[in-house]
Amino acid sequence: MVGIKAYGGYVPKRRLPRKVILENVSWFNGALKAYSKGERSMCNWDEDALTMAVEASRDCLNKTRPDDIKAIYLASTTLPFTDRQNSGVLGTALNLGQNMMTMDITSSQRAATSGLVNALSVVQGSGGSALFATGEHRRAQTANTNELMYGDGGAALLLGNDDTVAEYVGCGQIAVDFVDHYRGQNADFDYNWEERWVRDEGYMKIVPDAVQAALDNTGLSAGDIDYFIMPGTIRNIGGMVAKRCGMGAEAARDNLHNVMGEAGTSHSLIMLVDCLQDAKPGQTIMVIGWGQGCDALIFKTTDLLTTMANRQGIKGHLAHRKEETNYNKFLAFNNLVEQDGGLRSETDKQTALSTLYRNREMVIGFVGGKCEQCGTVQYPKARICVNPNCGAINTQENHKMAESSATIQSWTADNLTYAPDPPHHFGMVTFEGGGRMMADFTDVDEGGVAVGDEFRLVFRIKAADERRNFNKYFWKAAPKVQTA
Amino acid sequence: MASGIRDKVAILGMGCSKFGERWDCDAEDLIVEAYAEAIDDAGIETTQIDAAWFATAIEEVHVGKSGVPLSVALRLPNIPVTRVENFCASGTEAFRGAVYAVASGAADIALAVGVEKLKDTGYGGLPQRGAGPLNDMIRNNGSAPGGFAQLATAYAEKHGVDMDTVKRAIGSISVKSHANGAKNPKAHLQKEIPLETVLNAPMIAAPLGLFDCCGVSDGSAAAIVTTPEIAASLGKTDRITVKALQLAVSNGQESGHNSWDGSYFLTTRKAAERAYKEAAIEKPREQISMFECHDCFSITEMVTMEDLYISREGEAWRDVLDGFYNADGEVPCQIDGGLKCFGHPIGASGLRMLYEMYNQLLGRAGERQLADPTFGMTHNLGGQPHQNVSSVAIIGREGA
Repeated sequence: MVGIKAYGGYVPKRRLPRKVILENVSWFNGALKAYSKGERSMCNWDEDALTMAVEASRDCLNKTRPDDIKAIYLASTTLPFTDRQNSGVLGTALNLGQNMMTMDITSSQRAATSGLVNALSVVQGSGGSALFATGEHRRAQTANTNELMYGDGGAALLLGNDDTVAEYVGCGQIAVDFVDHYRGQNADFDYNWEERWVRDEGYMKIVPDAVQAALDNTGLSAGDIDYFIMPGTIRNIGGMVAKRCGMGAEAARDNLHNVMGEAGTSHSLIMLVDCLQDAKPGQTIMVIGWGQGCDALIFKTTDLLTTMANRQGIKGHLAHRKEETNYNKFLAFNNLVEQDGGLRSETDKQTALSTLYRNREMVIGFVGGKCEQCGTVQYPKARICVNPNCGAINTQENHKMAESSATIQSWTADNLTYAPDPPHHFGMVTFEGGGRMMADFTDVDEGGVAVGDEFRLVFRIKAADERRNFNKYFWKAAPKVQTA
Repeated sequence: MASGIRDKVAILGMGCSKFGERWDCDAEDLIVEAYAEAIDDAGIETTQIDAAWFATAIEEVHVGKSGVPLSVALRLPNIPVTRVENFCASGTEAFRGAVYAVASGAADIALAVGVEKLKDTGYGGLPQRGAGPLNDMIRNNGSAPGGFAQLATAYAEKHGVDMDTVKRAIGSISVKSHANGAKNPKAHLQKEIPLETVLNAPMIAAPLGLFDCCGVSDGSAAAIVTTPEIAASLGKTDRITVKALQLAVSNGQESGHNSWDGSYFLTTRKAAERAYKEAAIEKPREQISMFECHDCFSITEMVTMEDLYISREGEAWRDVLDGFYNADGEVPCQIDGGLKCFGHPIGASGLRMLYEMYNQLLGRAGERQLADPTFGMTHNLGGQPHQNVSSVAIIGREGA
């Protein structure tokens, strides 16, 4: 039976307490003080929807790269490229090969759940497995409610027909052009309509219809639902809808508002992953996706759910937390202020697309070389082996290095070079299994780096070519996520 | 086995511009300033020069490419002019080209000029430029001090020296160089500084503070070389000859193979070993009278003292704190003030170092004059500790 074979999650390490936002903006909009509790997740300057989807997918795949993946889906409304398939970058970063279908799904907060319904049906029909990933990094104007409500994050699911940890039971879908908010083409920010109208005419009427459709389609009743997953920034909206649908308010899952905020399209799946980390085998979960209508998907967990314990999921990443108390940093990282980067930031960051294509596995996939003759692992892969005692020519096989642990041999915190979050940490790292690289570090604290520390590699924005709207992506070393 | 360069070529004349923030000068002005002194010292006419080598590294911020800028600035009589660039060893590369031309017999008299006009970028520090389309995708972000700061963490870890001691030792290196530079009218920075100032300076790239970093300045230096025989025929009785010229270039081992621990310069060790052999120097700690090493950063100098086999591995910090390298120490290092006080106009630096060694050997170093030096050594290190170009040159009295 088709369903979820594995899950993964991602939440950026930085959390911005809402009171920090309010200290800076409530002078203008005092009504925002009602939202002073908790914190929101925030991307580092080098993170976006794509990098978060990569991390969630890596968590999901847990260092494996299944060879039966026939499709990669990426759902988001904040993808870095409008016309360059982002799921293709995701696939290259994960080294999943090229004999597959890749697809971006976007334009609605419902993109993830609608895409998931579709992907499940394709997997059911054509066999094999599929990776379904999502990441969302929405920007909001300063002093806008969304600034407090939103958070950044991602999730990923491996879908397949056997060995599932949660079976897909069925769904109900409603399509209706109810515009609670929208973001026009090329617009930076969302435009929202009154919350009370959204609640009464939207959530409270449309969602129950979808829930009922799902129950009807699957032959289940409201009482069969153990967990009701419904994102929504209106206080307790999930509980109210659950009650309206006859489930009892206690079935409604915490929407994670207090600990990360709402990550747009990704949030349904983020809540699903969080729920799967709590659930026990044999439980029934309903997932709501909202946006110009509603999706209601039903899953039932299996005995294999317990095999997922080594994923960080959402809970592990939520625990891997650093409080950010500098609101100006949040503004700068989200490009919400005109910041002077200094003359050093003016270097041209053009990407030679032909060079990138030729070296896509090396750059995007972090594939190095391993000498067949002497076994030396090296990055970058080269024609002639780097081992001074070897020097064999044309002997290197591709060697995937992104999942190798990286130990710091030397490092510095550089105040001189241009970096969006100075001082810029970097250093020589040696990889478990061989190879080394002078690597940029990210997500580190000043004073928190030492020779001998074990880091992991993460896929991040290396530099943003603002002149040409192109992000250069590469791998950096970051502190390991502590085991949940 | 190659016979080497020892005593085959003599220095006929040298010149060096005032180094500093030469807001009043273009690169061409600096070239002429250094050259005028060199040609005067050589006692020849421009028309007697058979070939020239011209060093600039970051040519795009001043003269542009090719040998043309030198030929035009000096109105050279359509002789061969070759532009060379090899990171911070560029100046020494120009010297090497000229010396080899004379040694081969291709030229009787050859000229080497290095120049860099760095102070037209609008900001302090070295100009930041791309490294090519692929390198820009996979190389780390980082400044020059950031790259060299790596040495400090790796050195401290390897030798079990605590970072406070390392900071104190490298700080003392800068104090020593400033004491020397204060006596040099051509230096950019001519001021003594106390250790406290060094230790309390703003951090540039941990653990390197402001005074652990050399300055960035404009400057030019020049050398005219010929055979000892021609030098004698031109009336030069006190002749300084080239004893060794070596260059070692990384092949990716340090950056790509785990055999290198990050605490030393693989290339400098190789270049030094070859240079001592070429110069027939067996005990460098005793035989080298003085040297100018590439003190782009204080930690570079400390590590290089070991890589040049003057200090034993892991013990340079002790020698430094003991005053071994001070002007009144056993082997004075950076007697002219070094890059620390001259700044580092990249193409000029190697020749500027040779200029000081040459003047010391001739007894013309004024207030800085050391007693009876025999061999003077210069060293350049360009790039980053994990991927670089290293040059070692030794000059000395003819016959020594």
